[in-house]
Amino acid sequence: MTQVNPLQTPPAPDHAAGDDLKIRAKGVNVFYGDKQAVKDVSLDIGTEHVTAFIGPSGCGKSTFLRTLNRMNDTIAGARIEGRIELDGEDIYAPAMDVVQLRARVGMVFQKPNPFPKSIYDNVAYGPRIHGLARGKAPLDEIVEKSLRRAGLWDEVKDRLSESGTALSGGQQQRLCIARAIAVDPEVILMDEPASALDPIATAKIEELIHELRGRYAIVIVTHNMQQAARVSQRTAFFHLGELVEYGGTSQIFTNPRVPRTQDYITGRYG
Amino acid sequence: MHPGSAHTVKAFDEDLNQLRGVISEMGGLAEQAIREAMRSLAQRDLEAARRVVEEDARLDALEAEAERQVVQLIALRAPMADDLREAIAALKIAGVVERIGDYAKNIAKRVPALERGGSTEPLSLLPEMARITTEMVHDVLDAFVERDKDKAARVCERDRAVDDFYNSIFRALLTFMMEDPQSITRSTHLLFVAKNLERIGDHATNIAEMVYFAATGDRLTERPRGNDPVASQ
Repeated sequence: MTQVNPLQTPPAPDHAAGDDLKIRAKGVNVFYGDKQAVKDVSLDIGTEHVTAFIGPSGCGKSTFLRTLNRMNDTIAGARIEGRIELDGEDIYAPAMDVVQLRARVGMVFQKPNPFPKSIYDNVAYGPRIHGLARGKAPLDEIVEKSLRRAGLWDEVKDRLSESGTALSGGQQQRLCIARAIAVDPEVILMDEPASALDPIATAKIEELIHELRGRYAIVIVTHNMQQAARVSQRTAFFHLGELVEYGGTSQIFTNPRVPRTQDYITGRYG
Repeated sequence: MHPGSAHTVKAFDEDLNQLRGVISEMGGLAEQAIREAMRSLAQRDLEAARRVVEEDARLDALEAEAERQVVQLIALRAPMADDLREAIAALKIAGVVERIGDYAKNIAKRVPALERGGSTEPLSLLPEMARITTEMVHDVLDAFVERDKDKAARVCERDRAVDDFYNSIFRALLTFMMEDPQSITRSTHLLFVAKNLERIGDHATNIAEMVYFAATGDRLTERPRGNDPVASQ
């Protein structure tokens, strides 16, 4: 018996993001001292799709994520091989301005980390240091636009001078997203952005990711597979530092091609 | 390591096994219903035929139970990949097996009418046709429980034989009716019996396709069909 199914979506081309290619990683290896954390990973990330990285702890997904805006630079003993291009430009080239790079490739962390400053100043911080606004009015505008995009404006517009740390966990996380958005990035990296939040706050973050899709290339690392399934259109499964499978999210979750992926997502891993 | 390797959460495996158990039990009942319906037909056993009709309620109840379990499994376990495909297949298979039970019941309901019809032609083909369809139902549910794609594929291949039987019976009964209009009532009933068996074979084949998809994630290609008696008239 042959196994052809004309109705089935064709397997996603391995690492293609198509016309909207934003980031291309080629043969990326990451070492922490002697230990290799990421092994020869190549993949493309586009703006049209939210990309989720899944995999067990220690699989290299967060490490790989952090190579995309050179967050690993700050870790002693970390060494990176291979090439990562942002719009075709090598981000590890000596001429690359890392501060500028991190403005273009923003990051949201697991634990909300607002500055101990007012809500306003949290959002205005980036635009100020990057000189994106001249005068108060344009800055106000950026702050409002960013908070609106982060779905937080209505909740905080009357108390912008209050401390960011006084907000609830979910609000703090959206404030951090507003802060990332404020410098008008091209890519937003999210490392477990909702793992410390309750289900309602999580749903708001997920809805926000959905809203932001298409405007920014979004990459999210998550341990919550349902979350990956809900928010992403493309999913990459990492295991032991390798990229095991990368494809359309619905294909990965209904019909993974690689047994290792299947074992992980069905809860048979380990 | 796969399939059959255990989930980290053991209760998940228990749920899946319980669901397989319900589907398996439904298959057993459906098989028995076909067998008993055909036996009561051959032996004109009105009492047995009546029991087949009554017992069908059990299949209906099990279908509802299977549906309840699948909904619960999806809500509580969020199955993925082959587990998800299996849960969906179980839901659909339960519906189809219930339908198979209805066909068996319909055969049993015709027993009184045929009993009154007096003697007729042997129609030796019917028991053999029933034997194959019953086997298909049996094997396809085994294939489901064992996640055996090859066994499922082999069930599909047998549907051709069932279709051929049906075509032969169709022609034979048509000839009877033309030769002896007295036999029209009786022959029509027998034609429906054959048609019911043919439908059961088709349903078993559908289940086989679901089992194949659940096991592999790929679909079986279109199977070759027997001649269509309607088209060939």
